[in-house]
Amino acid sequence: MSEPAISCRGVGKIWAAGTERAHEALRGIDLKVDAGEFIVVLGPSGCGKSTLLYLIAGLEEPSAGEIMAHGVPVTGPAPDRSLIFQETSLFPWLSVWQNVSFGLSLRGTGKAEQREVARQVLFRTGLAETFDKRPHELSGGMRQRVAVARALAMRPKVLLMDEPFAALDVQTRAKMQGFLLDVWHESGASVIFVTHHIDEAMALADRVVVSTARPGRIKQIVGIDRPRPRDPFATEAVALRRKLTELLSAEVDRAFAEQENVAMA
Amino acid sequence: MFLSDLTGQAKFFNTAQRWQVGVAASAGPSPAVAVLITILSSTMRVFAGLGLATIVSVSLGVAIRYVRLVEHLTLPTITLLAPVSPVAWLPVAIFIFGIGNGPAIFMVFVALFFHMILATITQIDGVNRNYINVARTMGAGKWQIYRRVILPAILPGLLVVLRFNLFGAWMVVLIAEATGVGFGLGQVIMMARNTFNPSLVFFTIVIIGLLGFGFDFLLRLVQRRILYWLPNRAAGLVDV
Repeated sequence: MSEPAISCRGVGKIWAAGTERAHEALRGIDLKVDAGEFIVVLGPSGCGKSTLLYLIAGLEEPSAGEIMAHGVPVTGPAPDRSLIFQETSLFPWLSVWQNVSFGLSLRGTGKAEQREVARQVLFRTGLAETFDKRPHELSGGMRQRVAVARALAMRPKVLLMDEPFAALDVQTRAKMQGFLLDVWHESGASVIFVTHHIDEAMALADRVVVSTARPGRIKQIVGIDRPRPRDPFATEAVALRRKLTELLSAEVDRAFAEQENVAMA
Repeated sequence: MFLSDLTGQAKFFNTAQRWQVGVAASAGPSPAVAVLITILSSTMRVFAGLGLATIVSVSLGVAIRYVRLVEHLTLPTITLLAPVSPVAWLPVAIFIFGIGNGPAIFMVFVALFFHMILATITQIDGVNRNYINVARTMGAGKWQIYRRVILPAILPGLLVVLRFNLFGAWMVVLIAEATGVGFGLGQVIMMARNTFNPSLVFFTIVIIGLLGFGFDFLLRLVQRRILYWLPNRAAGLVDV
């Protein structure tokens, strides 16, 4: 198990390179994610955090550097790296179980087996009663849980999550974090979770990767070695929250200043 | 009040119309059958044109978005021809197809094709990127993404486009028929015009209106059937 689940070396991304709209989203990202590790990438909005996930997922190619998944270079999307989006991405024309088994159906798995796998996954994620429902009949939180279940059905080794709970209210979000931790424990997958929410990072992460404003670089990596579920009001938590807040707000200020400069120019 | 008046008039002029259509249809069927034949043939032209235009424009639209070469070969021509009024195609239709069903169907096709293909492309561009990305991370190939994601995702929009184009098809088919297809509702209207027969004009207008409404209603039912996954309101189907 010495092989890291994901390793990024000098990864950079320039969008629309070579045109006048070119802008640099990421620069010089070096990151190793161990198998079963929970990484939270924390940074201001628009700092290229999502870009990093897209690159790791293989949906986009890096402009510089190299990404390896379990020692193999990433050249495209693969089912063992599942991406979960902020907005609901369930297919509205499929029922919940068909959504969950969508990946299997692409491989030509038989209908009966698809149903069986979907039933198991939904049962494990506490969603058994939604089996025959349609996405529009579910609440926002439930939909995101189904999205997680759909990712799990592919038995991913790495779960990539792009602010998956950002659209949910605070109470639902807290519940979802608990749900995610359970899922993560059980599946043994690595998680790379992107957020701009400090409390979320503190509740979830083994290591918090604080990224800078655009272009996104790694500013600091903060390890959190406390058992979960974590009390957000514990003494250590206050110090940690202060540290992360300071790191992040410096970058938010920088991002603001940059935007104002752009607006002036 | 105008409508109730109209039904009385229509009944009165029914005979004249049936008789004239009966002659035009040349087989000499009974008047009621003649009216039916007229309605059916116009309807058939509308649906033939609509069906052809739908199939061709959806498949070409997809091809344009999927294959660069197809886009470069066809899209400039299509955008150039899109603003041309279908009436301008009338002579072309007659050159190519002469007199009969051909030109009428061709006219309907031409009138709808350009709108539908541009609409298809817009619909494809509007598909939520997340849907496609989800499918890609699950290992879907290009064809699977098209069949399993893009097609269902654009279906609601396409059906709305189809509904609007159904009205368009009815408009165009009348123009085509008015200029010598032989028989059809458009021909009846022109004949009524030439014989100073306003009641017959209104009678035909009512028939066309009812047909249009009826088929729109049917299409809405179909839409509700196919788009089972949308809550009624979101599809914009309720009480339109």
